[in-house]
Amino acid sequence: MLNAYLENTLVYEPELCNGCGVCVQVCPHAAFEMDGRLAVLVRPQTCMECGACQLNCITGAILVESGVGCASAMIQAALKGQKEVECSCG
Amino acid sequence: MMIDLASISSAPKILPIQTRLTTADHWDHFLARVGWKRSGHRVEPGLYAIGNPVPDAPVFVSANYTLSFDALRSALDGIDGYILVIDTKGINVWCAAGKGTFGTDEIVNRVFATHLKDVVTQRKLILPQLGAPGVAAHEVKKRTGFWVEYGPVRAADLPEYLKTHKAGPEMRKVQFPLRDRLVLIPVDLIRLIPYMLAAAIVMYFAGGWVSSLAVLVSVLAGTVLFPILLPWIPTHNFSTKGFLLGLLAALPFALSPFLRHPDWSWYHRLGQALEFLLAMPAGTAFIALNFTGSTTFTSRTGVKREMFAYIPTMAWTFGTGILLAILFIFVH
Repeated sequence: MLNAYLENTLVYEPELCNGCGVCVQVCPHAAFEMDGRLAVLVRPQTCMECGACQLNCITGAILVESGVGCASAMIQAALKGQKEVECSCG
Repeated sequence: MMIDLASISSAPKILPIQTRLTTADHWDHFLARVGWKRSGHRVEPGLYAIGNPVPDAPVFVSANYTLSFDALRSALDGIDGYILVIDTKGINVWCAAGKGTFGTDEIVNRVFATHLKDVVTQRKLILPQLGAPGVAAHEVKKRTGFWVEYGPVRAADLPEYLKTHKAGPEMRKVQFPLRDRLVLIPVDLIRLIPYMLAAAIVMYFAGGWVSSLAVLVSVLAGTVLFPILLPWIPTHNFSTKGFLLGLLAALPFALSPFLRHPDWSWYHRLGQALEFLLAMPAGTAFIALNFTGSTTFTSRTGVKREMFAYIPTMAWTFGTGILLAILFIFVH
């Protein structure tokens, strides 16, 4: 049966990593781990595309199309004909 | 952002704040949890002092949502420090970070507006880890001179974290335990009650009290049972989990025409059973799919994929079920 959550837009280029470790700190799902001086993407399938790692990676080694994984926000955006999906919470 | 002249000319304004929560705070939390005035639970942005902070005391950054701010200050009981409350429009840290309102610009502006550099001698801001989707730490450093340190996910872990300023994997991982799922139920349920009652009344006239009850049961299955049972329902996608739960809820209703109306023709009984088997799982599945936004782990890519995969099925099964119900009004 389909598991819609196995793939995501996270791309990591280890050759750009400077070993600062901020990705390990900010990821809420432990997708990255430090291995010696470099970060390693150990659990790519846990990524929820929050974008924290990309925004905090100073060398641009991480790319992810960040956004909210919220069906009601996307349905509302589709109904109103908006391209931008904004979280409707609060 | 507007910079008011008063804040430029005057000395730093520091507001004292208690770490003990009052009955009024708990009442405010209750109202927030039931969805009363959702954006009305705000704290005045600015600089707050807890205990008797010395010039090199730690500075913690918080959203101006009362639940976020109160979780932080109550966790800091017995610690002397400052809380820098930034303006997130009354929205919690993680959601505000997703929108960018808990973000680099607002932190930079607030650091200058509160004259933080004149208040503390150290140059470090401790942020909640879940603020990171909106904040570029290196950018804050460049523009303010303050280093950003990402603390643990949960404010409750702060006392432990402050001993070493290092967070292990357990402090860094977002969980979604039963308790966190339970507190989300009231808001969703209360928001759906008017629609649920309207649908129940319509279905009462279309198919009697059993149909009316079917509406209530599918909505409650989606809003109450689904969040509780989430980790234990097999399958990976929220839609299929919802279909399964809705199907279980529909079974007694599908049996009802066979038990209650032995006098009806077979196609009439089968037709009524199908109404429930088609419409109820679709309704529950749709509510379940909408729960993705409340969880702590669904990616946009995944949610989009499951929307394309299952919304058409929800639409045609629900539509067919309702169509059958309308047809049988004329049979009666």
